[in-house]
Amino acid sequence: MHEQKTPLIRLAKRGVMSPGRMWAIRGASFIVAILIGAILFLCLGHNPLEAYGTIVTGSLGKATAIRQTVKLAVPLLGTALALAPCFRMRYWNIGAEGQITAGAIAASYFALFWANRLSGPVLIPVMAVAGALFGGICALIPAFFKARWGTNETLFTLMMNYIVIGIVRWLQGGPWEGKPGSQIIPTFAKSAMLPKVFGIHIGWIIVLVLTVLMFIYMKYTKHGFEISVIGNSENTARYAGMNVGRIIMRTVFISGAICGLVGFVIVSGANGTLYDSAAGGVGFTAITVCWLAQLNPFAMVGISCLLGVLDKGADTLQTRMAVPASISDIITGIFLFCMLGCEFFINYRIILRGHKEAAEK
Amino acid sequence: MNARVCARERVTQLDEVHAIELRNITKRFGSVTANDNISLTIDRGRILSLLGENGSGKTSLMNMLSGIYYPDEGEILVGGKPVSIRSPRDAFENGIGMIHQHFKLVDVFTAAENIVLGLEEKGKFDRKAIAAKVREISDRYGFGIDPNKKVYDMSVSEKQTVEIVKVLYRGAEVLILDEPTAVLTPQETGKLFEILRAMRADNKTIVIITHKLNEVMEISDEVAVLRKGRYIGRVKTSETNPAALTEMMVGRAVSLNIDRPVPVDPKPRLKLNGVTVVDHEGVVKLDHISFTAYSGEILGVAGIAGSGQKELLEAIAGLYTIRSGNITYTPEGAKPQELVGKTPMQIRQAGVAMAFVPEDRLGMGLVGDMGMTGNMMLRSWLSGRSIFVNRKGPTELAKQVKERLEVLTPDIEYPVRRLSGGNVQKVLVGREIASAPSVLMSAYAVRGLDINTSYTIYNLMTEQKQKGVAVIFVGEDLDVLLELCDRILVLCGNRVSGIVDARTTTKEEIGLLMTRVGGGREDA
Repeated sequence: MHEQKTPLIRLAKRGVMSPGRMWAIRGASFIVAILIGAILFLCLGHNPLEAYGTIVTGSLGKATAIRQTVKLAVPLLGTALALAPCFRMRYWNIGAEGQITAGAIAASYFALFWANRLSGPVLIPVMAVAGALFGGICALIPAFFKARWGTNETLFTLMMNYIVIGIVRWLQGGPWEGKPGSQIIPTFAKSAMLPKVFGIHIGWIIVLVLTVLMFIYMKYTKHGFEISVIGNSENTARYAGMNVGRIIMRTVFISGAICGLVGFVIVSGANGTLYDSAAGGVGFTAITVCWLAQLNPFAMVGISCLLGVLDKGADTLQTRMAVPASISDIITGIFLFCMLGCEFFINYRIILRGHKEAAEK
Repeated sequence: MNARVCARERVTQLDEVHAIELRNITKRFGSVTANDNISLTIDRGRILSLLGENGSGKTSLMNMLSGIYYPDEGEILVGGKPVSIRSPRDAFENGIGMIHQHFKLVDVFTAAENIVLGLEEKGKFDRKAIAAKVREISDRYGFGIDPNKKVYDMSVSEKQTVEIVKVLYRGAEVLILDEPTAVLTPQETGKLFEILRAMRADNKTIVIITHKLNEVMEISDEVAVLRKGRYIGRVKTSETNPAALTEMMVGRAVSLNIDRPVPVDPKPRLKLNGVTVVDHEGVVKLDHISFTAYSGEILGVAGIAGSGQKELLEAIAGLYTIRSGNITYTPEGAKPQELVGKTPMQIRQAGVAMAFVPEDRLGMGLVGDMGMTGNMMLRSWLSGRSIFVNRKGPTELAKQVKERLEVLTPDIEYPVRRLSGGNVQKVLVGREIASAPSVLMSAYAVRGLDINTSYTIYNLMTEQKQKGVAVIFVGEDLDVLLELCDRILVLCGNRVSGIVDARTTTKEEIGLLMTRVGGGREDA
C-alpha cells in the first residue's frame, strides 16, 4: 500500500506560454474536433469527407446559403457582445434569453399596434429603442437586487428567462392572439420589417457597428475601466472610491439593452412575428461564444460565424444525407468541447510517471 | 495509534541517523523555481530554525515534508530510509507533522473533536478516552488545554496549541511550525517557546520557519538559511549573531537601523472623537474610538489581528458607515472640516490617502490583471470631461514610481499580479504617496517583504513624516513599530486600550495592552 512510487499522473501549472504555442494548441484542438466528428460520421455510415464537404457547401456554397448562415450568426454575435461587459465585471448574466425576448415583446408591441399610426422611418427606430429599453429594464431587476442586497445574479437572471417567456405564451394565447384559437401572433406589417442590404436584413450592419463600439467601450472609456476594476476586485473598486452598486446596475442595463436590441432584430428582421421561442437558445449559446472569444469583440465575430456555419451546414446535411437532426447539436457540441477543453492544456501540463527523468536526459 | 507506535520503533532502531534528510530537492511552479537542489539534514532532538526572506522557499520546502507538495526531483529520507510522502497522511505515518500559518480547525467542534478529526481509528468514538489522551499530552508539555472547549471560544494562541496537540496526537516525532509567532503577543510567544523547549527535552525534533532574527537567536540550536530557493548554509546559533544571519539571508550586509527624527512642529491633523461603527450584521466593529493624529508624526497602530485595525482605516476613508462620533480633519493652513458624511472620493480628494495591503496583497487598492499604468489610473480615472480615460498622466506617474522606488517590472504595462510581493507593494505605496497626501494611512505595508524592501518602505514613511504628513501606520511587527513610530495606539477588542510613547515604552507594555483584561476581548 505504501510503496515508494511517484504518482502515475501529476498536473503541474505551466508558466507563461508563447502565443505561438498557444495558437498551435488551439489549432490542434480544432483538428481533434474534426477527427472526432469524422468518427461519428463513420459510425453513422457516411463518408466523413463528404459530410464535411456538405457542411461547407451547405453553409457557404451559394449566396442564399451564405445569407442563411449570416442570419444565424447575427443574433449570436449581438448577444455575445451584450454579455461581454457583464462577464468582464464577473457578473454572471445568464438571462440573455429573457432579455432578448423582453426586447422582442416591446418591439412587437409597436409593430402590431402602431404600424398604421407611425411611418416606417419612425416606426423602426421606435421599435429599436423600445426593445433596448425593455431588455435593459428586464436585466436591471436582478442587478438592482445584487447591488442592494447581494443576491445571487446567476439564479435570478436564469429565473427571469422563464418569466419573460411565460409572458410571451400568455400574449400568444390571449391579448395578442391573431385568429382566435390559433395561438399565433399575426405577422408584422411591411413597414415594421427591417430593410435589407445585400439580401440580408440590416441586423448584420447593426451588430458589426456594435462590435466596434463595444471594443472601444471596454478598452478606452472610463466606464470600461470601472468595469475591469470591479471584475478584478470589488474591494479595490471601493477603495478607489467607485460606487460599485451603481456601476453594476449601469453596466447590466447596457448589457440588457443590447440583448433587447437583438430581440428587436430577431422579430423585425428575421421572423416578422413574435413567438415564445423567438430567442431560440441564442442567449445560452452566446455565453459560449463570449468565453471562446475571451471577451474580445472581434474574436466573437469569427466564432459566431463558425457556429453559424456549423448550424446551417448540419441542417443541409440533414436534408441531403438523411442524418438525424440531432447530429447538428452533436457536432457543435464536439467543437465547443474541444475548443474549451484545450484551455486546460494551455494552463497545465501533465507529467506521467517516469516521464520526467526521460525528459531530462 | 499505529502510526505512533511505528514512529517510536523507528526512533529506537535508528537513533544514530538524522531524523530527516533531504537530498537534492527541487520544486518548480511554472517558470518559478521555489527550491533549487536543496540538501538538508534535520537532527533528532534539536530545534532547527529555517531562516529566509519571504519567497526564499522555506514553506514550500517544508510542505514537501508534510505532503502538501510533491518534489519534482530529489529524495526524502526519514530515519535513513527513502520515503515517498504524497499526502499529509503519509507524512503522519512517517512521524512528521506541520503546523501551518493558517489554522485548519473546525470552529464549531471542540478541541478534542478537532484533534481526532480525520483519524480512522477502529472501534467506537470514545470521547472520554480521547479527552484523557489529549490531557495526557497537554500535561506532559504544559499546554494547559481544555479538550472540551469549542474552537470559536478560543484565542489565536489556544487555536495554535490545538494544532500542535493535533500533530502530537498523531504520533509526530518531527514538528514543523510555519511562522508560529506571527499571530502571537510577546507573552504568548514566550509561552510557546517554553513548550518547544519541553518537547526538545522529550527528544522531539522541531523545525521553525521564520524570518524574525531575535526569535531565531532565542529558541534554536541551529539555523539553516535559504535565499531565493537556494540553500545557503547552516550555523550553530551559539556561534552566530543577527548581523551575520542577515548577511546570509540577504546576501550582503544590511543596516538594521531605522532613522527616527523627532517630529517638527506637530499640529493636530486628524481628530477622531467617539467614533463607533457597526457592520451589517449589527456587530460593533469600532467602539468609541478617540485619538488625534498629528502632522509630522508617525502614529503606529498595534493590536492582535482583527481588533478593529481594518475598520478604523476604512471608517476614516469613508468606506464604513459611521454610527456615531466625528472625525475632524485640518489640512495644512485650512479650516477644520468634518469627514463623516463625505463620500470616499471626496475624502481622497481632500488629501487622505490609504494604502492597505491585504493578505493576498492585491485585493484592496490594486488590480492584479492591469499593469502599473492601469493601477495608477485608479486615482485619476475620473479626471477630465471626456468619456475616454486619460492614459497619459498615469503612464507618466507609473514611470516615475517605477524609477523612484526601483520597481522591478519588465514593462509598466506588465500585469502587477505577476510581480513579486515587494514590487506589488511598492506600486501601491508609491501611488498613494504620489498623490501628495496630508494624511497617509498604511496597513501592513511591509507584509511579506524582504528586509531591504521593508526598509525602503520605512524610509518612505519617515520621508512623508518629515514633509509634515500625518502618517498612520498599522503594523504587525512590534519591534518595527517600536523603532519607527513616534507614538503607538493599541487596539484591543475594537477599542483603544492605550496610546503610548514609542520612545519610552516596552514590548511587554504593548503586549499587555493588546490583551488588556476588561478591554473587551476576554468577555467578547
